[in-house]
Amino acid sequence: MTDFPLIQTVGLSGVLVRFADTMSEPANRAALSFRAAVDAADWPEVTETSTSLVSTFLQIDLVAVSVGTMLDRLQDLLATRDWYTSDLPTGRTLWHVPTVYGTDLAPQLEEAAELAGLDPDAAIAQLSQARVRVLTIGFAPGQPYMGELPQNWDIPRQQGLTKSVPAGALIVAIRQLIIFTNASPTGWRHIGQTAFKTFRPRSDTPFALSPGDELCFPSISRAEYDKITAADETGQGGAETEVLA
Amino acid sequence: MTVTLTIAQAGPALTIQDMGRPGWRAQGLTKGGAADPVAVYEGAALLGQSPDLAAIEMTGTGGTFTADADIRIALTGATMAASIDGDAIVWNASHMLPAGAKLTIGGTTGGTYGYLHVGGGIASDTLLGARASHLSAGLGQPLAAGDALLLGADKSRETGLQLPRDSRFDGGTVRVVASMQTDHFTAEERQRFETTAFTRDPRANRMGVRMDHDGTGFSAEGGLTILSEVIVPGDIQITGDGAPFVLMGECQTTGGYPRIGTVIPRDLPRVAQAASGTAIQFEFITLEDAITLETQHRRDIKALGGQITPLIRDPAKIRNLLAYQLVGGAISATDNPFEEEH
Repeated sequence: MTDFPLIQTVGLSGVLVRFADTMSEPANRAALSFRAAVDAADWPEVTETSTSLVSTFLQIDLVAVSVGTMLDRLQDLLATRDWYTSDLPTGRTLWHVPTVYGTDLAPQLEEAAELAGLDPDAAIAQLSQARVRVLTIGFAPGQPYMGELPQNWDIPRQQGLTKSVPAGALIVAIRQLIIFTNASPTGWRHIGQTAFKTFRPRSDTPFALSPGDELCFPSISRAEYDKITAADETGQGGAETEVLA
Repeated sequence: MTVTLTIAQAGPALTIQDMGRPGWRAQGLTKGGAADPVAVYEGAALLGQSPDLAAIEMTGTGGTFTADADIRIALTGATMAASIDGDAIVWNASHMLPAGAKLTIGGTTGGTYGYLHVGGGIASDTLLGARASHLSAGLGQPLAAGDALLLGADKSRETGLQLPRDSRFDGGTVRVVASMQTDHFTAEERQRFETTAFTRDPRANRMGVRMDHDGTGFSAEGGLTILSEVIVPGDIQITGDGAPFVLMGECQTTGGYPRIGTVIPRDLPRVAQAASGTAIQFEFITLEDAITLETQHRRDIKALGGQITPLIRDPAKIRNLLAYQLVGGAISATDNPFEEEH
């Protein structure tokens, strides 16, 4: 069996620290916390850091930097604490993103609810009260993978692809939610629609969300949604934020 | 005075590119930038300017361009048929494009990505710290007929220089280091990967290049899908049909297909530039050897200026021969007056 955390080189581009080989809340927590610790260490050799679901990537020019030295430093940092139970980084944001569930805007709510063993109203109640964390950002700029939803939402991706769901779509599979950055085909089910733009390239804050942020998706009516989209010029989509201590 | 380069006619895939937009991987945005960074360094060397200036990347075919003042241009990357007002000009070289003259750049005769550099660079607005279009992320758009591009201030007037043609347009051996999932493939499968003759599939773009081969597809042990993990340029992912896909600068930041290895940075332009059908094979090398090769490559890039030679021109083919001052400086019987004609 592989012993985690596991340190590996990635091409000549850097080093990956993997905390597991399957998604779990503790491993995601470890990846986020370890990234924050590497950022705090502020090693000049590390030019960029990022996380995927359960690992932390450090961009290091392995042509110019001795990999052995970096591996020693990473081992030392790893040994300082139990990353799987460590506190999440501070200064994260909690977002409340108004969401229309179902209707013609999000036509797969009923189908997804059934797979989750709920009637549509119960599904909306559960989803709109859930609080999820940005596990990772990827696939498209600023696009969050959020989780984990309660166990009954461990529903598979559908067999075929939906040809296109719009930007701002809230989609679900495998206990995770995504808000789509751009219109795109997907195998996940389209259960809600937001007016929230995850990527705002011409704004001062081009990427709304950061890994580790938390989100709720309160249910709104179609009329409220139309009101938000008519007035919104920022891409905020009616979302409200608070800083997590 | 601001100088404008106007696109009279555009091929289907012209974009503004520079060295890309680093620093946003955690936010889901890859660096992107020129598909062939070596060509950008060559253009910068020919014009004696910074490699960070933006140029026009032309995929497969170019377009027609005019400027409203005399400007310096350099053409690098995949060789394309090029002319100024109908007179052929040399590729991998710098030239003067007179005000109002028509620069025509046609299809490639070897390679995929050609580059048009201008003295002072393309001075388009920066977005997230760079000018590079990143179409898959929705940044920038393909250039089109009628676009007028502002140029930066040019600090030099020197043209008529050339660089030797590199072999990176001809396919051949592409060196690979082991990646984080290489050991998901058996030793036999890795050996078969190294001994297989691939050709570059027509399905290729700035996100990735698919490799074709005869015989069965490649596969990792323990199934197709792994947990989504960071992607770096050069990663070779094995997709559903068993075909290797070399991921390029504009790919996604993470991916869930197993990766058999990573092309070393200096060989990635060789993959990008291989025209459809060009033969490619892969060779695993150690990390130590890769570091040695990259170190040498970086030295070579820095020393590009030393490879520059003056363009030798046939007087019979020079336009407006009488406009050149051929005898004014003739104080030596042995000097070649044409060396000074730029």
